[in-house]
Amino acid sequence: MSERLGGTPAQTVGPYLHIGLRWPDGPYVVPEGTPGAFWIRGRIFDGTGAAVVDAMVESWQADPDGRFDHPDDPRGARPPAVPGFRGFGRSETDGQGWYRLLTVKPGPLPDPDGGTEAPHLSLSVLGRGLLHRLVTRLYFADEPAANAVDPVLRGVDADRRETLLASPAPDGFRFDIRLQGDRETVFFAV
Amino acid sequence: MLPNYRPDDVDVHPPLLSPGYRSTVARAPRQPLTYLPQRLTEITGPLLGEGRLGEHDHDLTRQHDGEPQGQRIIVHGRVRDGDGRPVSGSLVEIWQANAAGRYRHASDTWPAPLDPYFDGVGRALTDDQGHYRFVTVQPGAYPWRNHDNAWRPAHIHFSLFGRAFTQRLVTQMYFPGDPLFFQDPIFNSVPDPDARQRMVARYDHASTAPEWALAYEFDIVLRGRESTPFEDGDDDE
Repeated sequence: MSERLGGTPAQTVGPYLHIGLRWPDGPYVVPEGTPGAFWIRGRIFDGTGAAVVDAMVESWQADPDGRFDHPDDPRGARPPAVPGFRGFGRSETDGQGWYRLLTVKPGPLPDPDGGTEAPHLSLSVLGRGLLHRLVTRLYFADEPAANAVDPVLRGVDADRRETLLASPAPDGFRFDIRLQGDRETVFFAV
Repeated sequence: MLPNYRPDDVDVHPPLLSPGYRSTVARAPRQPLTYLPQRLTEITGPLLGEGRLGEHDHDLTRQHDGEPQGQRIIVHGRVRDGDGRPVSGSLVEIWQANAAGRYRHASDTWPAPLDPYFDGVGRALTDDQGHYRFVTVQPGAYPWRNHDNAWRPAHIHFSLFGRAFTQRLVTQMYFPGDPLFFQDPIFNSVPDPDARQRMVARYDHASTAPEWALAYEFDIVLRGRESTPFEDGDDDE
């Protein structure tokens, strides 16, 4: 093993994150018109209940077959089952704190301990006032059987699990993120 | 085998609640973070490549018909993981204020001039050895309202993906000898003074372009990794 190097510290993206991080196609995990695609929409709130208008949500997920087009997936990298599937999305919040992502539901994943992970997205939240990104997971409320045996959800206090569930909405799902205070979203150390 | 990304030392990253930086007070979670063992979603990540880059994305002085005002600088360095392995083919995104300390952003309204020839945004991919290189202008310092007579030291924002969700990092690059460090709560939010210095670029005379541009070297270290066994029924390797 070579010499250990000290890590570079994280710093906030600041209020002008849009200059560097906004992509016109950012919210499109899948191209518009993809069969079965839906919108995930939500608002971000701070501890005073105010909408957070200078934040960004990034998402990462498996394809509908539960595969990643990535060399470190031990099952082997595989091109996505859905044409144009990027697996990654990013959306800045608007003037009312809304973000949005167009995607398809990921498949379940085999867990290293032998169980199965329920369909989920991993999310990073970046913003002014956040010196380090926050990490959370989005699960789907219409997958109760899979969620009941998910190893990550089971490790979260029962009375806070609902903060990780996206609820069905007219054109997809709704997932709000509360940075602090009442019904604070569960954030993870990875 | 599944890679497992080691956590950085505890004093490397800023505490989310750093009251000297006032915006953290209402935004830092109050509940402790929940430990999440790394699984497939964490050890994979977006591998975003050439398709995201335009011809002049790495040269912020050539994105318009004219040249921006300010001192031309080359900013280059290596992206490696905590074990010294180069992070290759990885997207690096930067953004910054112009030479007068003004961002091209609707929310930045302090009375310093905009530059019609400077957007302040760049993108590059690391090469096989993890090297990246930008050409830009020296950003100016600017005032903000965090505390009385507060000024941000000159900096360039850096965004890095690495090869896994777990390695994602957004940081800021600072310039050596900046007299504004003492009063900046963002720079000083990093508890370990040695780690803080890792955000400060090195003046690099050997990499200057004679009669053209000064140069700074900024190396970036993402989390290192180990391997752990992975049991899976349809493992085809």
